[in-house]
Amino acid sequence: MTAPSGALTTGDPGHSVAEHNPVAGLAHDSRGGISNPILGMLLFICSEVMFFSGLFAAYFNVRATTTPWPPPGEHFNLHAEPWYALGLTIVLVISSFTCQFAVWAIRRGDRTGFIRNISVTVVLGIVFLLGQIYDYSTIGFGLSDGTFGTTFYTLTGFHGAHVFGGVIMLSVILYRGMAGQFSAQHHDAVEAASLYWHFVDVVWIALFSTLYIL
Amino acid sequence: MATTALTPAASAYRSGLYEWLTTTDHKKIGILYVVNSFIFFFLGGILALGIRTELAIPGVQFVDGEVYNQLFTMHGTTMIFLFIIPMLVGFGNYVVPLQIGAPDMAFPRINALSFWMLPLGGILLFLGFITGGAASAGWTSYAPLSEDRTLASVGSGQDLWIMGLTLIGTSSILGGINFLVTIFKMRAPGLTLFRMPILVWTVLVTSILQVLATPVLTSALIMLFIDRNYGGHFFDPATGGTAILWQNIFWFYSHPAVYIMVLPAMGMISEILPVFSRKPLFGYKAFVFATAGIGALGFSVWAHHMFTTGLVFLPFFSLMTFLIAVPTGVKMFNWIFTLWRGKLTFSTPLLFAVGFLSMFLLGGINGAFSAAVPVDFALQDTYWVVAHLHYVLFGGSVFGVFAGVYYWFPKMTGRMLDEGLGKLQFVMIFIGFNLTFFPMHQLGLAGMPRRIADYASNAGWNDLNLAATIGGFLIAASMIPFLSNVFISRRNGKIAGDDPWQANTLEWATSSPPPPYNFDHLPEIRSERPLFDLRHRGTGH
Repeated sequence: MTAPSGALTTGDPGHSVAEHNPVAGLAHDSRGGISNPILGMLLFICSEVMFFSGLFAAYFNVRATTTPWPPPGEHFNLHAEPWYALGLTIVLVISSFTCQFAVWAIRRGDRTGFIRNISVTVVLGIVFLLGQIYDYSTIGFGLSDGTFGTTFYTLTGFHGAHVFGGVIMLSVILYRGMAGQFSAQHHDAVEAASLYWHFVDVVWIALFSTLYIL
Repeated sequence: MATTALTPAASAYRSGLYEWLTTTDHKKIGILYVVNSFIFFFLGGILALGIRTELAIPGVQFVDGEVYNQLFTMHGTTMIFLFIIPMLVGFGNYVVPLQIGAPDMAFPRINALSFWMLPLGGILLFLGFITGGAASAGWTSYAPLSEDRTLASVGSGQDLWIMGLTLIGTSSILGGINFLVTIFKMRAPGLTLFRMPILVWTVLVTSILQVLATPVLTSALIMLFIDRNYGGHFFDPATGGTAILWQNIFWFYSHPAVYIMVLPAMGMISEILPVFSRKPLFGYKAFVFATAGIGALGFSVWAHHMFTTGLVFLPFFSLMTFLIAVPTGVKMFNWIFTLWRGKLTFSTPLLFAVGFLSMFLLGGINGAFSAAVPVDFALQDTYWVVAHLHYVLFGGSVFGVFAGVYYWFPKMTGRMLDEGLGKLQFVMIFIGFNLTFFPMHQLGLAGMPRRIADYASNAGWNDLNLAATIGGFLIAASMIPFLSNVFISRRNGKIAGDDPWQANTLEWATSSPPPPYNFDHLPEIRSERPLFDLRHRGTGH
């Protein structure tokens, strides 16, 4: 075929197959570029960014319309005691690193290192979730306690739900990894799950900065 | 040899109910979308007839105020979320992979998931009617009305509405991701971005809107749910929340949603007009940039729904709203100059496409009036707004949908729809539509507010309301020739053949209906009209 753009077919190792077999024509990835699952995950993360933007917008709206901030009578002072949450932040940031180590390991074909790092990531994710539950039980205000309570629990709660989703995702990855389903050539699911995990981490950093420092 | 390898897959392609329930084939899922959307179109239509029946004459005869509120709330919600958006997604599902020469969508199982969330979400919405009253705070569900358990939504209807819409929104997000990956990654060799059919471009822009705007609606719905059920304080000013926050977040989705509801229909008529004028689309690139422009500007105009709140920066949102008329005007020129001096064949698809063109033009013009802040202050929440939105969404999108049905039915079923019944339907729905919605302009100017079940008999609104009701029933009657046409032609229509319209794009290069894997082989793609090139091989290149 004479595709003028050149990039579409030339240099494609599966070219001769792709030309005659319509199903093999699916494998456009062989021409290089981002793979379908990873592009799908990136787009999904875009939609998640917009979801959290809506919740953050609500928080900043409440904050902008309430003077003084924090509103008097609501008995909390997150700024004075950010240390516990800082600990959770460090846990999650470390888990992002171990997740990336796992990705690098499987890219090299190092399955042992991959499984070890994913396991650590899952454990750190669970530690974060348990830590958050403990935080909720001791923080001293509830969801219906004023506008701050509502925004605090909605933001951190939905982030926690996303961490929970990420832990499930990584557990599936771990299970499939132990079953030997990933290799240096075939690990799109690992890359996609790690992108999601990094996203969840970044959201928490934004949340921590907004709720405890700003 | 390659064909032999395909045979097992082809023979495993069972028909029957089980196959339809479990299919991951984009063509079957596309048809499921279309059928499901038509079912909800008829349900939404029945709700609309309830509204028109109550308004036919002054006084409260047919339904009381509470039921009336449920009728217009569920009518709007159904038509927007369960009819127009999924209907256009359905056509995209069927046509886009064929037009780009792909064997299926990028994620076939996610595609099936996106579809099956819709009937489920629809059932949740309609469950409200048997659990003590459906949602009744309007499809916009403005807080704090939608949070008040005594004034509106006494039953669980409003909560079911929130859950149903969250599901439908998730379906929309996943569908958008699927389309984007399909369009970016699965195009046939030679099909560069600027050789994509216009429908693919409009679905591309629509999908970006879906991925970026719909999650914002989800966040709003979740906050409303928390307020209603867990004692949250987002939207109720009485407890420290801000009512205007709901409007901002809701319209941040719902204005781009307007373009989600119309861009693919624009794409559909942009496929149809060139075919029935025997000309290429006038100004292909201008059309593409206009589509992208509408998509981008769509994110900066949401507050024009909130002019009268006095809490938005009026000059900015007014200016941006007027600006949207520019790319839309560009498209009008594209369409008109495609028709200009074309060899026109007035088949039913072209009739509906021209119907779109004329009615959408009216809807655009009467919309531009409301973009002017002083005019909007007078027209806010009157029937003028109802007229405007129906001229763009019914006169625009629904006419586009019917154009698409008549155009692609032969590809989907292998048989042509009857031209006589098609033209009869067009005449009935065109007259019925204008009889229903044109008087609403005058009613709005005369001050009739929307969302009222009753009006004073001496207000001077009687004749126009009666006319609108008669028009509404004429629209309903136009479904009789349509449905007969579909059911008769599906079995006994004229055999279509691969390419009954002498069309330009790749879906007509395969059999009707196409095999599960879509293409045995693809023609060489050297322009946005590969089939035209094939018919006129060697000339002009």
